[in-house]
Amino acid sequence: MRKPSLRAYRIVSLFLLGCLLFNYPVLALFNVGATAAGVPVLYVYLFVAWGVTIALAAVVIEGGT
Amino acid sequence: MLQGWVIITVSFAYIGLLFAVAWFADKRAAAGRSIISNAWVYSLSLAVYATAWTFYGSVGRAATDGVGFLPIYIGPTLMMLLGWFVLRKMVRIVRLNRTTSLADFVASRYGKSALIGGLVTIIAVIGILPYISLQLKAVSNSFQILLGYPEIVMPPKVGSMVVMQDTAFYVALFMALFAIAFGTRQLDAAERHEGMVAAIAFESIVKLIAFLAVGSYVAFFMYDGLGDLFARAASRPDLGILMAPLGAAAGSYASWVWLTVLSMLAIIFLPRQFQVAVIENTDERHLRRAAWVFPLYMLAINIFVLPIAFGGVLHFPQGEVDADTFVLTLPMVQKAEGLALLVFIGGLSAATGMVIVETIALSTMICNDLVMPVLLRTRAFRLTEQRDLSSLLLDIRRAAIIALLMGGYFYYLLAGEAYALVSIGLISFAAVAQFAPAVIGGLYWKGGTRLGALAGLSAGFTVWVYTLLLPAFAKSGWLDAELVEQGPWGLELLRPTQLFGLAGLDQITHAMIWSMIANVGAYLIGSVVRRQSAAEHVQATLFVDVYQQTGEPGSAWRGATSASALQTLVGRFLGPARAAELFMSYARLRGVTSVDELEGDRDLVRFAELQLAGTIGAASAKTMVATVAQEEPLGLEEVMTIIDEASQVIAYSHRLEEKQQELESATLELKAANERLKELDRLKDDFISTVTHELRTPLTSIRAFSEILHDNPDLEGVERQRFLALVIKESERLTRLINQVLDLAKIESGLAEWRTAELDMREIVLESLNATSAIFKARGVQVEMRISPVTPRVMADRDRLMQVLLNLLSNAAKFCTPGSGRVELRLSCDASTVRVDVSDNGVGISAENQALIFEKFRQVGDTLTDKPSGTGLGLAICRRIVGHFGGRLWVESEPGRGSVFSFDLPAAAGAADPGSLAAGA
Repeated sequence: MRKPSLRAYRIVSLFLLGCLLFNYPVLALFNVGATAAGVPVLYVYLFVAWGVTIALAAVVIEGGT
Repeated sequence: MLQGWVIITVSFAYIGLLFAVAWFADKRAAAGRSIISNAWVYSLSLAVYATAWTFYGSVGRAATDGVGFLPIYIGPTLMMLLGWFVLRKMVRIVRLNRTTSLADFVASRYGKSALIGGLVTIIAVIGILPYISLQLKAVSNSFQILLGYPEIVMPPKVGSMVVMQDTAFYVALFMALFAIAFGTRQLDAAERHEGMVAAIAFESIVKLIAFLAVGSYVAFFMYDGLGDLFARAASRPDLGILMAPLGAAAGSYASWVWLTVLSMLAIIFLPRQFQVAVIENTDERHLRRAAWVFPLYMLAINIFVLPIAFGGVLHFPQGEVDADTFVLTLPMVQKAEGLALLVFIGGLSAATGMVIVETIALSTMICNDLVMPVLLRTRAFRLTEQRDLSSLLLDIRRAAIIALLMGGYFYYLLAGEAYALVSIGLISFAAVAQFAPAVIGGLYWKGGTRLGALAGLSAGFTVWVYTLLLPAFAKSGWLDAELVEQGPWGLELLRPTQLFGLAGLDQITHAMIWSMIANVGAYLIGSVVRRQSAAEHVQATLFVDVYQQTGEPGSAWRGATSASALQTLVGRFLGPARAAELFMSYARLRGVTSVDELEGDRDLVRFAELQLAGTIGAASAKTMVATVAQEEPLGLEEVMTIIDEASQVIAYSHRLEEKQQELESATLELKAANERLKELDRLKDDFISTVTHELRTPLTSIRAFSEILHDNPDLEGVERQRFLALVIKESERLTRLINQVLDLAKIESGLAEWRTAELDMREIVLESLNATSAIFKARGVQVEMRISPVTPRVMADRDRLMQVLLNLLSNAAKFCTPGSGRVELRLSCDASTVRVDVSDNGVGISAENQALIFEKFRQVGDTLTDKPSGTGLGLAICRRIVGHFGGRLWVESEPGRGSVFSFDLPAAAGAADPGSLAAGA
């Protein structure tokens, strides 16, 4: 049968990383009243983690094999 | 400048621009230079996901629970990662089967079942109506608010005015016309809408620009950057909760997770998402770009949601302005008229994009999977006999679009005021999530059956109606609120929002948990309760193993029909001209010049069915084709063929495995042969060194005695004589040794000459005794002889056999004690063998030496003290000689009690010689 490519494993790994990043308990770590440059850390964390996930997706999925 | 006519003019100008984009795209497509066949355009068209709900509603939700709106956009990000597996598989299946919609897809997977197609359509329509009403609400509200400029007035309550004066009604009407104009101008066999996709992608850019513009305006012009905005919000005690909003209310993390899951499913199963992501996909590889561009779009359109929400809350006194309208009202209150108008156009973009694609997708489903199957099966309509049905198909779709928007409008009247935008949208998300078990299961599990899909969809949908739709009706006052609060018949356990007492969850999470349990459970139970039919199994295999198919999927059509009948049939749905064109190109592909020459074989039937499937869906196409071509039920043979295809791969890998095993065993054999060669080589070396050693011993003696004779010319005569005798004896021994080595080498190499003849064993035995009698006499050994009177003849070489006997006898004489020795020679026989025993009463041979004496150069006894009295080759040669004639040579002995050397030979065919010989010698 077809053997999954390395790319496929990377994609699935990235998906699992995403599930971890945007879930309890990681979210709870940032769910505190503190702020970074005036912005609540939870908001900063969410958008940064989101951006990183997207960037990784671009590299993994569109990058060369 | 924000008078009503300006707003309307700009709106229509914008819509005109959309038409221009669509027209341009269609023209380019007709010229074969598609602009939507582009990964960027594809990614942007997926952004039809961001509707008026995103545009207005996200801010509304953010104003009440902070980041609670984000899972709706993070879920799709995660799902797009898996899109490379899931969506790609769907795209491949859709292309091979000419699937026209989600309902068609599900129906097709479960044996082209019209019932499933209809059920999916009903769920989708009922589930999506609230979502359409949401768009109407958003557009009409934003229009009315903008119309009130410069005042900020919330629109009047729904129902407080007559329908004919309600903006939402006209919005619905215009949107219906707009969707009809976009999606139902012509009937396409591929059900692709290039112009629509181009317009959607364009709208995605417009709504993003509008939202980013208002976001940066609020964050950087109204306030002094994000830090300033959040700092002010933090100083308000009532907003403190928004700084760390998760987990504050019970079940908050649970609702976060469920919203993520819900949106992951929605991004695939919303009819409009399925339409743009799967049906309108022109190239599977575009999914790669979309996997990150679309999430990036989501990130961009959400980045200013929180700043706008906080800006609105800070700016407006509590409760005066609906948070769902902050995006529009903030620029208005700042007198930024141009920006307000841009926001309105952005919201219009978001809403129209959604409505167009959603209604086109739904109308295709209604037409192909709900209306047509009924019409085609109802004999009263006699549809199967009509000539041209293509205009009827278009009319059904147009009517469906109008009905959908009117349905959306009435839902808006009914329940529109009771909920915020986001809540309405989530109800729709939960409805389409019910497709997930049947579709995902159907993609990866061949065992999922039609019965399972029917059961799962029905169960999930029923729970959805009970836990989400009923409470929505109750909330709007349409149903008695007691039903929700007390449960039906006062049964608290059955309260729709706390089913079986499951409390403490928000409504969506609660509904998702129960509906998924019911859905997945029923799907599994329904699938395992009964074996699936052959036709179902064919479709299941086509879907699950889609990557293993090389060309067109297999066909269940086996009966034959005529090409012209099929062309007429296709012509009735696609128009005769288009059908003639299609069949002509098919004929050219087959290498014939006209359609009449085509054979109406199963390939042609399959071709016709595919063309129809692209227009009226798989289930209806099957019904229609059945009217002209005989469909025979799929026999065991066909199923076996399908299974064969799958097992070919397995067989191939088995063969590979076998080859590998063969290779391995060959390697082992080679290794063994190599070992054997090495062993032989070693034996040869041993032999040579032994022979050399054995030759050297007599040579050394000869040389020593010769030197003595040479150096002492005056040696005494007696002494000289003795030395010369020794020299002669050693020379003889040397000669014997060399002869024997050569002899052995000859025998071993197979070069020895054998003069085989029929021999009388008695003769040879007697002769050998005569030859050795002198030796026995010299050593004083007594010899006895016992010869059986009747002995069969043997096939052997006379001289060689003599050699064996002489060797054995001389050995016996050698090892007997001189004087008292006794040697007995016995010749006996049975039916098939002749046996000779030579026994002595000599020293005997120990058990461990019995095997050794037959080896080359092995002599029993201490080689250091005993002078060797033989060459050590005699017995080795004897054994080979006996072996050559098919016999055995062996010894039985005990130390001190003498030994018996025996050999036997097979008797020659033919009678034994009669005769007798007396014993004694």
